[in-house]
Amino acid sequence: MQINKNIAISDSGFIFNPSSGDSFSTNQVGLDIIRLMKEGKKNEEIISEIVAKFSIDESTVEKDLGDFSLMLRSYQLLNEND
Amino acid sequence: MTSKKKITVAVSGLNNIDSPGPGIPVIRALKESEHFDVRIIGLSYETLEPGLYMRDLVDKSYSIPLPSSGIASLLERLKYIQEMEGIQVIIPNFDAELHSFIKLAPQLKSDFGIETFLPSQEQFESRHKSVLYEFGEENGVKVPYSKMIFSAAEIPALKNEFSYPLVIKGKYYDASIAATSEQATNYFHKISAKWGLPIIVQEFVSGNEVNVTAIGDGKGNCIGAVPMRKLYITDKGKAWAGVSLDDQQLIEITNRVIGNSKWKGGCELEFIKTKDGEYYLLEMNPRFPAWVYLAVGCGQNHPEALVRMALGEDVKPFETYDIGKLFVRYSFDQIVDLSDFERISTLGEL
Amino acid sequence: MSKLPYERPFIQKLNTGSMNKFGTKTEFAPVTHLDGVAVKQISEEYGSPCFVISERQIRRNYQNAVRAFKTRYPKVQFAWSYKTNYLSAVCNVFHQEGSWAEVVSIFEYKKALQNGVEGNKIIFNGPDKSLEDLKLAVENNSLIHIDHFDELYMLVGLLEGGKQKARVAIRVNMDTGIYPMWDRFGFNYENGQAWNAIIKILAHKELELVGLHCHIGTYMLSANAYATAAYKLCDLALAIKAKYGQAIQYLDLGGGFASSNTLKGSYLQGADIIPSIDDYAEAITSTVLNSNFPQDELPTIILESGRVLIDDAAWLIGSVIATKRLSDGRRATIMDFGVNLLFNAFWYDYKISPAQEFTHHMEDMVIYGPLCMNIDCIRENINLPLLNKGDQVVVHKVGAYNMTQWMQFIQMRPKIVMVDMEGKTHLLRESESLDTMMVLERMPDHLKKIK
Repeated sequence: MQINKNIAISDSGFIFNPSSGDSFSTNQVGLDIIRLMKEGKKNEEIISEIVAKFSIDESTVEKDLGDFSLMLRSYQLLNEND
Repeated sequence: MTSKKKITVAVSGLNNIDSPGPGIPVIRALKESEHFDVRIIGLSYETLEPGLYMRDLVDKSYSIPLPSSGIASLLERLKYIQEMEGIQVIIPNFDAELHSFIKLAPQLKSDFGIETFLPSQEQFESRHKSVLYEFGEENGVKVPYSKMIFSAAEIPALKNEFSYPLVIKGKYYDASIAATSEQATNYFHKISAKWGLPIIVQEFVSGNEVNVTAIGDGKGNCIGAVPMRKLYITDKGKAWAGVSLDDQQLIEITNRVIGNSKWKGGCELEFIKTKDGEYYLLEMNPRFPAWVYLAVGCGQNHPEALVRMALGEDVKPFETYDIGKLFVRYSFDQIVDLSDFERISTLGEL
Repeated sequence: MSKLPYERPFIQKLNTGSMNKFGTKTEFAPVTHLDGVAVKQISEEYGSPCFVISERQIRRNYQNAVRAFKTRYPKVQFAWSYKTNYLSAVCNVFHQEGSWAEVVSIFEYKKALQNGVEGNKIIFNGPDKSLEDLKLAVENNSLIHIDHFDELYMLVGLLEGGKQKARVAIRVNMDTGIYPMWDRFGFNYENGQAWNAIIKILAHKELELVGLHCHIGTYMLSANAYATAAYKLCDLALAIKAKYGQAIQYLDLGGGFASSNTLKGSYLQGADIIPSIDDYAEAITSTVLNSNFPQDELPTIILESGRVLIDDAAWLIGSVIATKRLSDGRRATIMDFGVNLLFNAFWYDYKISPAQEFTHHMEDMVIYGPLCMNIDCIRENINLPLLNKGDQVVVHKVGAYNMTQWMQFIQMRPKIVMVDMEGKTHLLRESESLDTMMVLERMPDHLKKIK
């Protein structure tokens, strides 16, 4: 499961999926997660990077990341085949 | 030539789509003003309103909250916009937002120095579909007799007051012509399921539809009026093309309605002219119609007159207009960069 | 380097439709204090959920309503509608301000007596009054508003041959051009029923017809309907005077003025469309003044307003139990309060504010209560900042009909607190416990043991 490589992300949190034409907005943590996903980071790495940058515990990030991934998948931003 | 006065005017209704809002026609009229050099601030509700991207007409745009989120949040947003722009006049063009702007008008003036030129709350309500018949009686214009009903059980007794066919109308939209009480019952259920109660039952009047775009000064003077007959309509019933008419009787009726009701601001009057040459008022919209630019083309710049009156200038009524001028509407594909869409989507400004 | 504040990751599809977000500005501000008292402090002291009532706001509402009427009309009397909120402390704020009591059951009637209201300042309304109830009301010289002929005959039977007299009025229902028409209470004006009842009352000297009453509906958005109602009551009163020479002492216009809550399905916000109390007052008083009452026979105008006087004087503090994702992708937030406490959530889209600072991102969500019942939904769709477990919220304008219609169902009912004029908090009602519930239960001997 990987994030689609061709999506465009801007610093304002605007996301454009050129293969579907959909656009989205996200917040700072969401932006960081998507960038880390684009870099090919695994979930555990993403969690530890978020925990290192923000004042939050690991289990909350794990729960939130699960929910966020669910949303990314429902928006067809995740590539199911990988 | 004297130099034109620089002003900033905010305009909504930028949805210049196949069933267009009046915003862009109003802006075109203002841009062609002989009195003013107008900077236009667009106010939009949606990210794809075409007017947002018409940079030659709209100098800067801001999204504003939908009327459903309340007057307080609209005021908050306008306060922010005003800090950036120094708006002198706002011209709201959507039916649904007029209520909010009418309520806010005194505060816009006292707190921000923004002028409006809108009907009073009482005027606004007096021409609602449900009370149009009374409006007609008060202002000396025929309106098809109508009555509100709340239950299908009231339909059999309608034959005491109406003759078939009659029109079954929804509170806001939709109308069907019923030839029998069975059909009326049928439409009652269909329309009430969609728009709720009450249902308006209206006398059926047949004839040609003729419309007038007009403007009143709020003191009993009709400043301008141009009658038009639709030549071709879209499948949504909107004018595709129309022609200005020589119809003195219609102008007289319009003068009477605007004068008697002391209407303030722009409006559109929709009439049926029967075979016997009688005029029935079907609807009065409390703002300029989307075809208001035809009035400009005929020599009456109504939006400019509105801005002048909003700014306290004395405006003399127009006395003539060109007869037999046509408007032919067209659509046009603009090319827009994603970054513009991103800015209005994420920042709410463009 | 210190870490950045965390906000849970959030993504939303940009619909080309509505936009509610304007850069970093939102239409929400956190509500951290209620009438000057910190939400945190209240919930630490009294728990969550917890109803909070502002004494100051009640008095302000009452005084404003009295001003609206008294500046337009010389004789005005308010009677507090007990069913709207019959917490005794709330009733007594109104009574201290000069309000009478308007009750619709013997329970409310006795509560009013217990609160110290004089019997002759209690208006006894409603369709359910037993013979014993009427007896008590007659003894106390209360105002009995007759709802139907069965009640009228029962009262006649009670008084016949005795020396006691009853002060009565009839409730009249009528067409005021609004829908639905409340024709289930009282006697109809248009079909002559009301006039028949009046003739019957006048024929019995034990009954003193002192007033006429109507109550045309609830949450009325048209002030004009009250003008129609007042006109019809005046018409009856003047006809009584003309035909029988008897002057009617008061016209009771009932209640029904709208509060600024937003009704479900309303496109515009309640606060933007409701008439003001001055609009209602103008409609009613100008109609009565323009009727042909001689100056010395102007009837007193009685008002039984409830909702408009109390709704915005109370809040409900609650907390987020959990947030979850529904199968269709919508966010669901589960609160520790539900329809068990906010019965009126069935009609209102209550405004809900976070009680702590939040970031500018907003999301659409459903708000559910804590009941394990599908009906327990407070808002089917609301746009709020991102909420997390443990966050507190404030529900606004909950003063009317919730603290009387709430139910002990699955959960027990929480505390009710009042903030007084000095900003001090007082407990008005304890939270329920298992013991509270068990006080009324009885166990047959053979069921005492389960093994």
